Amino acid sequence: MSGNEWSVFCLFGFFIVLVFVSGIYCILATRNIIRAIVGWELLVKAVTLLMTVVGYVTRQTALIQSFIITIVVIEVIVATVAGGIALRVFKYNDDLDLRKLTKLKG
Amino acid sequence: MGLNIFLLIAMTVAAVWAVIGRSLLKAMISLAITSIIITILMFRLDSPLAAVFELSVCAGLITVVFISTISLTKPMSHSEIIEQSRERWKRYWPLPIIVVLVGLGLAFMNIPKDFPIFQGTSKMDVRTILWNMRQLDLFGQIIIIITGALGIVVLFEEKRSDEW
Repeated sequence: MSGNEWSVFCLFGFFIVLVFVSGIYCILATRNIIRAIVGWELLVKAVTLLMTVVGYVTRQTALIQSFIITIVVIEVIVATVAGGIALRVFKYNDDLDLRKLTKLKG
Repeated sequence: MGLNIFLLIAMTVAAVWAVIGRSLLKAMISLAITSIIITILMFRLDSPLAAVFELSVCAGLITVVFISTISLTKPMSHSEIIEQSRERWKRYWPLPIIVVLVGLGLAFMNIPKDFPIFQGTSKMDVRTILWNMRQLDLFGQIIIIITGALGIVVLFEEKRSDEW
């Protein structure tokens, strides 16, 4: 790896780790379903950017882009279904608090 | 490189704000800003097609879906907001400190620079790879989209009056 590519990888990797930490903290600390999905979105975005950087460094941007497109499709479907579940939970509990999800039966 | 550093700092600030911000709506807008910045970074890293997907789907569609979800839920009253903001502060104040500490830890970490890395020389176009080499991925995407649509239908299915 040349010096320029190494510095690009280190620079991006540094900030990607920070975004990843923010996402994990959000999932661990929140009590709101929608904010938990926000944390998950941050994790996926960090991974997407990491893959882009790895593709750039290894000069495989075309292959990596096809993977990223797949990730984006999966991300949007999971986010939409999670939003639907959040709405359903709100309809039953009148609240988005994760601690009130204690009536799972049926 | 200077622009990259500025964009990466802005991305991190937007991500942290999406977590610690009080309003869910503002959190969604911060998430969209994070996506937009990632889009610009992807353009700068020679991945224009992925960047377009990120911009239209992640920054656009997901934001619209979640703002619709938030608008369909009940907003908190003023007293609830004040009560919750004190409790929120107790839970979220460590995050900026953790981010700074992790950043400092990474800055002083001695990463070996000489690990081997495979560098391809393929000059194939992304469309060729997607349509000729990764066809199974496309089938997988179609199945995921159908599964998601069915999931939403099941989630929002109303009970019929003659149901027993």
